[in-house]
Amino acid sequence: MNNALERSGPVLLSVALLLVWELSCKTFDIPPFVLPSPSLIAEALAENFYIIWFHSSQTLLTTVIGFAFAVAFGALLGIAVGSSRMAYTSLYPLLVAFNSIPKVAIVPILVVWFGIGSVPAVITAFMLSFFPIAVNVATGLATIEPDLRDVLRSLGASQLDIVRKVGIPRSMPYLFASLKISITLAFVGSVISETLASNRGIGTLMTQASANFRIPLVFAGLVVIAVMGVVMYMIFAVIEKRMTGWATRGATFGIGG
Amino acid sequence: MKNLVELIDVSLSYGKTLAVSNLAMKVREGSFAAVVGPSGCGKSSLMKLVTGLMPATGGSVVVDGHEISGPVNIVGMAFQNPNLLPWRTTLENVMLPLEVVRPERHQLRARKQEFRDRAMELLRIVGLDAFADHYPWQLSGGMQQRASLCRSLIHQPRLLMLDEPFGALDAFTREELWDVLQTIWMKQRFTAILVTHDLREALYLADEVHVMSNRPGRVVRTVGTAQFSRPRGEQTFLEPAFNESVMDLRADIRSQRMPIDVKPSAPGEKA
Repeated sequence: MNNALERSGPVLLSVALLLVWELSCKTFDIPPFVLPSPSLIAEALAENFYIIWFHSSQTLLTTVIGFAFAVAFGALLGIAVGSSRMAYTSLYPLLVAFNSIPKVAIVPILVVWFGIGSVPAVITAFMLSFFPIAVNVATGLATIEPDLRDVLRSLGASQLDIVRKVGIPRSMPYLFASLKISITLAFVGSVISETLASNRGIGTLMTQASANFRIPLVFAGLVVIAVMGVVMYMIFAVIEKRMTGWATRGATFGIGG
Repeated sequence: MKNLVELIDVSLSYGKTLAVSNLAMKVREGSFAAVVGPSGCGKSSLMKLVTGLMPATGGSVVVDGHEISGPVNIVGMAFQNPNLLPWRTTLENVMLPLEVVRPERHQLRARKQEFRDRAMELLRIVGLDAFADHYPWQLSGGMQQRASLCRSLIHQPRLLMLDEPFGALDAFTREELWDVLQTIWMKQRFTAILVTHDLREALYLADEVHVMSNRPGRVVRTVGTAQFSRPRGEQTFLEPAFNESVMDLRADIRSQRMPIDVKPSAPGEKA
């Protein structure tokens, strides 16, 4: 019974929240342009289905492209930073500095360079999401047990051998854990960029809708982003489980002897 | 028999700390040496010196007739932590060194079956052949340590370096593994250097036990164990001479320790 309750927890909580929201809007007579009720948002979603699809598919596309670049670049960077002390000391401060720059501030520069449209969105998504990937992969590599390193080095293994045989497989759980975080950040990136400078995408849709005081449509946009984020998160959670099951096994499975 | 390992007046310092100094030691080819000493006496430094993982600050380390300057590839190593790779099966873990060491790494495909058989034979000796396809998390601590031992021997090293390999195991498993190790050693007769805290373990397994002094470590005494016939077993523990040797070593090490002002422990306590 406890288990069933635990499983249905997220659904129950969401339904409860929506009910409270709906009822509050009704009882306190909140005007829809301040806070539309869930039913109004659902209505906006249904009415503007085609236009929302038009914009959200763009957002999904730019996010996924930016994210794909982030995975490739972040993983390579992580491997470099995690396996070489030299790369670590020289790159890490730069990385931290870069990561603390608000990416919103970079979008106008990107627009100057690449014009309005998909490219700035892809780049913003990329910039926001590669950092956790790089840091996680580097951590996985940098925490190889010193004894194991000695075993391999005494066999004449090069640093490259150690990275290939131990480092990379070992950092896989770290990589997949970071993908879940990064994909949601990639959405944030592309939506920021679309909000500031684009003519297609959920961000654009929401900016236009709010300019026209179509607040329910703005909220509908938010819902779509949230749903896309959750779905992508779940996809990567499933992949993580499949790829790195060995990392989540408890030591309690041991056979006595 | 010639000496496979010879340390001549070796010293090693980490920054300003002198870990070992004036260290002299000889290990004959095919013999089993143990190194005991008080905590922090530089036993692990000795491991790194002999395997060439760390260059000596002074003196010379001679392995197989050559003064070494880098990792020597005739070595196998096992540590207190089995350090098996969790994404590989036992067999794949055991075969890891073959993917790294020269020239075997270039012969993986051509000699695949031979290598596999060799690994299975080792696993059979330590009683793990039925667990070849199990993952490390499915094995107990003692079984993991046995797999680690197989891994350190798969490339048929002439020198086996063991750094407290049984330190984290319970007493029963530990004594069981002493016999496993003795069996493999008597079969293959590689040279072995065992670093340990356990005096009974040292006397039971080794031909010669080297006692190290407090930091900076050097060998202060070498005890032979030829009087205990091989294969050693239960009966060895019962020999009065064995227990006397344990007590002697204990006294040696106690005198080497940093004086800490505590009540001396009761006699007869486990060494």
